[in-house]
Amino acid sequence: MGKAKIKAEIVRQDNIATDIFSMVISAGSIAKNAVPGQFVDLYSEDGSRLLPRPISICDADKDARTIRLVYRVAGKGTKEFSGLQSGDKIDLLGPLGNGFTLSDKKAILIGGGIGIPPMLSLAKTLDCEKSIVLGYRDEEFLANEFKPYGNVYMSGESGTIGIKGTVMDAIREYGVTGDIIYACGPTPMLKAVQAYASEHDIEAQLSLEEHMACGIGACLACVCKSKDVDDHSKVKNKRVCKDGPVFDAREVEL
Amino acid sequence: MNTKVKIAGVEFKNPITVASGTFGSGMEYDELVDLNILGAVTTKGVASVPWAGNPTPRIAETYGGMMNAIGLQNPGIDTFIERDLPFLKTKDTKIIVNVCGKTVEDYVEVVERLGECDIDLLEINVSCPNVKEGGIAFGQNPNALLDITKAVKAKAKQPVIMKLSPNVTDITEMAKAAEAGGADALSLINTLTGMKIDVNKRTFAVANKTGGVSGPAIKPVAVRMVYQAANAVKLPIIGMGGCMCAEDALEFMMAGATAVAVGTANFNNPYATRDIINGMEDYMTRNNIEDINELIGCVR
Repeated sequence: MGKAKIKAEIVRQDNIATDIFSMVISAGSIAKNAVPGQFVDLYSEDGSRLLPRPISICDADKDARTIRLVYRVAGKGTKEFSGLQSGDKIDLLGPLGNGFTLSDKKAILIGGGIGIPPMLSLAKTLDCEKSIVLGYRDEEFLANEFKPYGNVYMSGESGTIGIKGTVMDAIREYGVTGDIIYACGPTPMLKAVQAYASEHDIEAQLSLEEHMACGIGACLACVCKSKDVDDHSKVKNKRVCKDGPVFDAREVEL
Repeated sequence: MNTKVKIAGVEFKNPITVASGTFGSGMEYDELVDLNILGAVTTKGVASVPWAGNPTPRIAETYGGMMNAIGLQNPGIDTFIERDLPFLKTKDTKIIVNVCGKTVEDYVEVVERLGECDIDLLEINVSCPNVKEGGIAFGQNPNALLDITKAVKAKAKQPVIMKLSPNVTDITEMAKAAEAGGADALSLINTLTGMKIDVNKRTFAVANKTGGVSGPAIKPVAVRMVYQAANAVKLPIIGMGGCMCAEDALEFMMAGATAVAVGTANFNNPYATRDIINGMEDYMTRNNIEDINELIGCVR
């Protein structure tokens, strides 16, 4: 709750891997209110790009009132953001979405690609035994920052990072176990996590992605399929931006 | 300074409402915008039963706009009456309920249910390009539009606004058909049917293949059609299509609109309605305009 749209100042921005940027923003109450798994909407200054870009919160410093976003340049909007420097301003709406529901059960945190950043604030916040599984294509980023918070296992598609294969290959290869899974990443990865959790009968929270417009649950652009009729929509659709982005693996169909 | 306008006898405190589908029933925006400042809230389309809408992706950004194919997902009239309407009644603003359906009977059923409700205006959506049945089928043929307008008017307890599609050859023919059917007002334009292809994935950008294009990219088309309709019929018009700022809203009014709906702009700036209302008042002050009604259709 307590969402707001503000003009926020960039504190710093670093290019941490190919097309991956880390941006720290002075975000006032948004930093104070944010919980792991929530996201913000960033707005372009260019009138040809009207829709906000939803970007997950990688970390929030409640004392400094800053948030950190780690994002991939995927198009013209994110390209524009990547050019912002310390002192520049950006329009920001947040915090948005529900975030993860924290548990003290032995946890497996799984991040795939640009789904890795939101797992960092979760790793910092969760007070329990945890294993962290990170899946990459062929270039590692942020992995070192996870190390203080748990055992980190990695996989990479090219074979140059950790286990050659997917995060599920890493889990099997390293014998990673846990009583709850928190995951964010591409849909094929989330499907595999969902199947694994069902097979092992463990709870899993999945953070989903979908094309969004309003970001607050009004426009119904970013729905996902739910197993049962949703109480808000009265059909088998849930809103990723408002009811999610984090869902119990048992309630959604991917 | 007077900013009040009247649509079919219903007085709005100012000409600004929202475009159906961009604002839900207002509940989600309530956290960001004071709904009491709006001339009216126009709801998402309501059908006789819940509709699941289209598969995703449902939207894509286009240059200076966006394309949507939501497919009129809505929870149905029962939920609207039980949940959304009581919320809206707590606000000091007029309520325009957008009605959608697949058959004439569907529309009439919703209109009859709403007849028992304390709402101000009905907006009949005969122009959604994203549903296979109903919707635009009634909005592209003047005879079909005439018939559905008559059918709705025969049962409606509130004034009826017919929402017109721009996907026609001659908007004046459609405006006249709605007027002949007894419509009390018009709203236009709905979205323009478009298509976008993702060249990397070699597929359509929205799952429905086509979608409705909105946003400032279509505004000149909208202003032109509002002008043409305003000069073809005597009905008051709610103008819409890419209104992003106060100047845009004034443009619609000068072209002949009595009120203006803000749609896609809400996504670009959730405070867009507030900013537009304030900007219009500033314009009136700067230009010594006593009554905003002076501006309606002032450019001929």
